[in-house]
Amino acid sequence: MCALKMSPAMPERPGYFGYDDSNVILELRLLRKEFHVHRGRTIVKAVDGVSFQLHRGEILGLVGESGCGKTTTGKLIMKLIEPSSGAIIVDGEDRTRLPREREIEYRRHVQMIFQDPYASMNPHFKVKDVLEEPLLIHKIGRTRSERMDMVAEVMEKVKMSPASEYMDRHPHMLSGGQRQRIATARTLILKPQIIVADEPVSMIDLSTRAEILHLMKSIQREMELSFLYITHDISTARFFTDRIAVMYLGRIVEIGSQDEVIDHPIHPYTKALIAAVCEPVPGRVGIERELQVKGEIPSAAAIPAGCRFHPRCPFAAKECEELPEPELEDIGGGHLHACRRWKEI
Amino acid sequence: MSDNTASSAALPVLTVRDLKLHYFTSKGVVRALDGLSFDLLPGETIGLVGESGCGKTTTGVALLNMPSPPGRIVEGSIRIDGTEIVGLGDHELRRKVRWSKISMVFQGAMNCLTPVYTIRKLMRETYAEHFVGERIDAAAIEVLMRKYVTLVGLPEHVLGRYPHELSGGMKQRVVIAMALFLEPKVIVMDEPTTALDVIVQAQILNLIKRLKRELKLSYIFITHDLATEAEVADRILVMYAGKMAELGSNEEIFGPAGSRHGPLHPYTQKLLASTPLLRKKVSELAFIPGAPPDLIDPPAGCRFAPRCSFAKEKCRSVEPPVAEIENRHMVACWKAMEDPEYVRA
Repeated sequence: MCALKMSPAMPERPGYFGYDDSNVILELRLLRKEFHVHRGRTIVKAVDGVSFQLHRGEILGLVGESGCGKTTTGKLIMKLIEPSSGAIIVDGEDRTRLPREREIEYRRHVQMIFQDPYASMNPHFKVKDVLEEPLLIHKIGRTRSERMDMVAEVMEKVKMSPASEYMDRHPHMLSGGQRQRIATARTLILKPQIIVADEPVSMIDLSTRAEILHLMKSIQREMELSFLYITHDISTARFFTDRIAVMYLGRIVEIGSQDEVIDHPIHPYTKALIAAVCEPVPGRVGIERELQVKGEIPSAAAIPAGCRFHPRCPFAAKECEELPEPELEDIGGGHLHACRRWKEI
Repeated sequence: MSDNTASSAALPVLTVRDLKLHYFTSKGVVRALDGLSFDLLPGETIGLVGESGCGKTTTGVALLNMPSPPGRIVEGSIRIDGTEIVGLGDHELRRKVRWSKISMVFQGAMNCLTPVYTIRKLMRETYAEHFVGERIDAAAIEVLMRKYVTLVGLPEHVLGRYPHELSGGMKQRVVIAMALFLEPKVIVMDEPTTALDVIVQAQILNLIKRLKRELKLSYIFITHDLATEAEVADRILVMYAGKMAELGSNEEIFGPAGSRHGPLHPYTQKLLASTPLLRKKVSELAFIPGAPPDLIDPPAGCRFAPRCSFAKEKCRSVEPPVAEIENRHMVACWKAMEDPEYVRA
């Protein structure tokens, strides 16, 4: 039953990525994940043909509303779930399907920080046990004292110092910010190449959120990590990332440098997202915000034909509904979008 | 201290004086709300803002005299429309205060709608709870229900729907319709947009603004997000560790730095500086080191002093009173009160 599944023929790389391969650490090619629910009568296309490249030493933000498939994409990269089709390529090697033993080795290089620092740690473990566990799983360090040295070292790195003061605490004795530092340390202790962070600061209080983001960014720069930052909050993405990919209903609709995407958005969905964001500036009370996009994100079980955004798009024309879905198109400088009518709107 | 609000032409709809709500836990008395005074004017929105645990939600439920056990209002006065509600019994509160004078949109209420009831039955129950033991005119209620469902921008047929058939934004509209149902003049909104996606969030904020204008409502708007407060609140009440840190107009709190306006309390200033901005690129975000104090044993003096970069000896020993610095701009900070050279950061 558990024979190694053969990788299907690797999909062609979509034509729109023209980067130097040597700089790419992770590539997704037309990745799809379908969930069969209601005894197979309904197919939920959570991730529906996602392609992007994560470069060495960069932070890529994956931004979208709930239900757009961003977390599923993160889980696929972590190999917590199997893709329905498409390919995951790490460092030039196809890692789409791996036997169990290789999966563990894979996760040594690809680590994840979870959203909820209150739920992601075993409450019975002390901080030192939380941090030692990955070392035990990956059989790193011969003796306990050797491992404890590594634990202390990584705790200094996330500014939990002196390490001896925190090592024997249980997670409930730490604040949300401190827990998220430990969660970060738990990924760093394996010296991974890629970190997938799924909403790492959305449950942290505002006053410490910036502190955690600063810390993650400085560690990322120092260790030259490649970071995928999954979030619904485009404002923190502007601060934290190098590039931003905007996801809608299982697909990427726009991707580019964060300045380009936020200051010169092209896709109507990106524009709508940006227009809806509140900011702490005076003079807004009593003024209703102009919202051209109507309604809410449809179910991934009933993705509209044509451009999947057309039912909500204020600029949709007949062609948007009738012609096949537009592919990402490069307008230069690595800024890609999937809107057929971008020149007219 | 008790009468620090300048008299205004209109009589306040809600007057809160020295309100204290403590939780009597097995570990000790948590002084979650420890002396709060403010006036809410007709047609005004006051935004309660602060970190988790600062007493925002505690204030919200206190205003309905509905503390959750083991909490109790230990001191103070709440007058709504001239009626003192501290000390009223549960029966009277139900009949005469809750929902008819003041109602509340609870945090996450949209996810707590009884799944086996239709929206019609849920709304009718709100009505029945208020008029216990009285004859209910079903036809009249039906007319009212239709009126309010339409008013919040929903089609009348949602009355026959079950909660799971509605999207998040629609459910939030239902919850708001339920809060409006008995025509209160004051509505407490506790994080009404936090769980929603950014575009839906903007839609709901527009609705909240429109209802305020059309029905001449007053709101207490509770959120941790300063940007949302900037969007809706006429005045902002910044809370820290169960107390008021600052109360100022929208222009004063969010006014441009260095101008005559601007926040006065160091906590407000830091909180604002740690809010990521979408439309402006910043390379550094501020953060506040440390964590809020334990409210069982709060520090002597100013509760923010342990985290404040301006704190002096006096701040650590003597608690600053809430003082009016400029016209109706109140702050509890020794530095803002006594230092004439104080420059707003």
